Amino acid sequence: MARKLSIAAIIIACFLLQSTIFQVLSFGSISPNLLVIVTASFGFMRGRKEGLWVGFFCGLLIDLFFGTYLGIYTLIYVYIGYVNGMFRKFFYPEDVKLPMLLISASDLVCNMIIYIQLFLFRGKFDLPYYFMHIMLPELIYTILVTLVLYFVILKINQKLEEVERRSAAKFV
Amino acid sequence: MRRRTFKRKSKNALPPRYLLLIVTISCIVVMLLSFTLNLSGGPLKVAAGYVFTPMQQGINRIGSLLSDSIGNLETLQEVQAENELLKRQVSELTEQLNGIQLEQYDVENYRKLLSLDEKYPDYEKVAAHVIGKDTGNWFSTFLIDKGANDGIEVDMNVIADEGLVGIVTSVGANYAKVRAIVDDISQVSAMVLSTSDLCIVNGDLILMNAEQKLSLTKLKDDDDEVHVGDAIVTSTVSSKYVPGIMIGYISSLDYDSNNLTKSGTITPVVDFEHLQEVLVIKFLKDTTGLEAE
Repeated sequence: MARKLSIAAIIIACFLLQSTIFQVLSFGSISPNLLVIVTASFGFMRGRKEGLWVGFFCGLLIDLFFGTYLGIYTLIYVYIGYVNGMFRKFFYPEDVKLPMLLISASDLVCNMIIYIQLFLFRGKFDLPYYFMHIMLPELIYTILVTLVLYFVILKINQKLEEVERRSAAKFV
Repeated sequence: MRRRTFKRKSKNALPPRYLLLIVTISCIVVMLLSFTLNLSGGPLKVAAGYVFTPMQQGINRIGSLLSDSIGNLETLQEVQAENELLKRQVSELTEQLNGIQLEQYDVENYRKLLSLDEKYPDYEKVAAHVIGKDTGNWFSTFLIDKGANDGIEVDMNVIADEGLVGIVTSVGANYAKVRAIVDDISQVSAMVLSTSDLCIVNGDLILMNAEQKLSLTKLKDDDDEVHVGDAIVTSTVSSKYVPGIMIGYISSLDYDSNNLTKSGTITPVVDFEHLQEVLVIKFLKDTTGLEAE
């Protein structure tokens, strides 16, 4: 229960930050993608299932408020969470390289899918431009934010796991 | 207790693979449904609106308070100088206004004589704050803090700084989503103010990013009378946009390869980067009846 509430709070906070403050703090109208960080982090920290659910709710929020068709973002984020969950066995909290790599890849893949679905199919073929001016800046900004946000999420998760262990021990 | 743990285990027994499959299928079904039936969330959306809109409003209020207090640090002298200047301007403008009012009176008289209706009725407008922007970097949609409760409906036009900002694309009880005209999938039927030649104004992510401009296409200008610097307004034949709203000024214009139409770019009058307050025109240009005939 504590876990569900905390995750809900994290998702809501990140969605609100991303749609308000980070839009004001954008560099050249590019803002970071906090929800990808959250989804990917819970994926590789907690496994496929939790990644999937966190991705589901992150994507659903974007779909409800900003999506053109309901379900596109939900699907993308669900897969991001799930695929990141497959890397759980390689994840060690002390090692920051893998999380960075996974979050960057997730952000890039997310943007790539959006480009293909919503731009390429409308005859906008200038991928190099979109890559250099939309995807890459967002990637860099997202990595910068990850340096802070990832450790916050990691700490919260460790706290939660500790609480869960303790309550489990109590019942045995 | 044991039963509870057992129950939990059986719930966890559904492998993530199948869960993924179920979620994927339901997402695709919802996507198709929303594509064909134009659904957009229904009750889920209403609930989400009640949860998130107040929070976004709060954050934005804090943000504007902060920026206001930074603005207050401007020195008093500057403000006084500005005040002086403004006072002079006010007196000048008042004089101008008097003249114009007289002319307006004349115009109204002539209109009455010609039994013409007012060409551009004064539409009722609602002021709204921008409370959230698209979380991604691909599209230019934003949320405003007025919704169905304030009489906002889908397809109402949104303006700011006397220029067209966009159109309402979906409405919740206490918020509405607006698609800006600079959005990559936005298309506005427009015309050149001086010659009434019709054209299409498209949002273009590349143009907007690089030069803060909109693209203009399909301008038929047989007499070659349209020039750079001409004003572009929404057209009278648009099905969704109220006619005569300023969009921007032509900044470049060239013949297309077919030599029949022209295309170019427009500099919008609205500053889309710093939108804070907008006005929603509470008037729906209803052409459904006409199309049916």
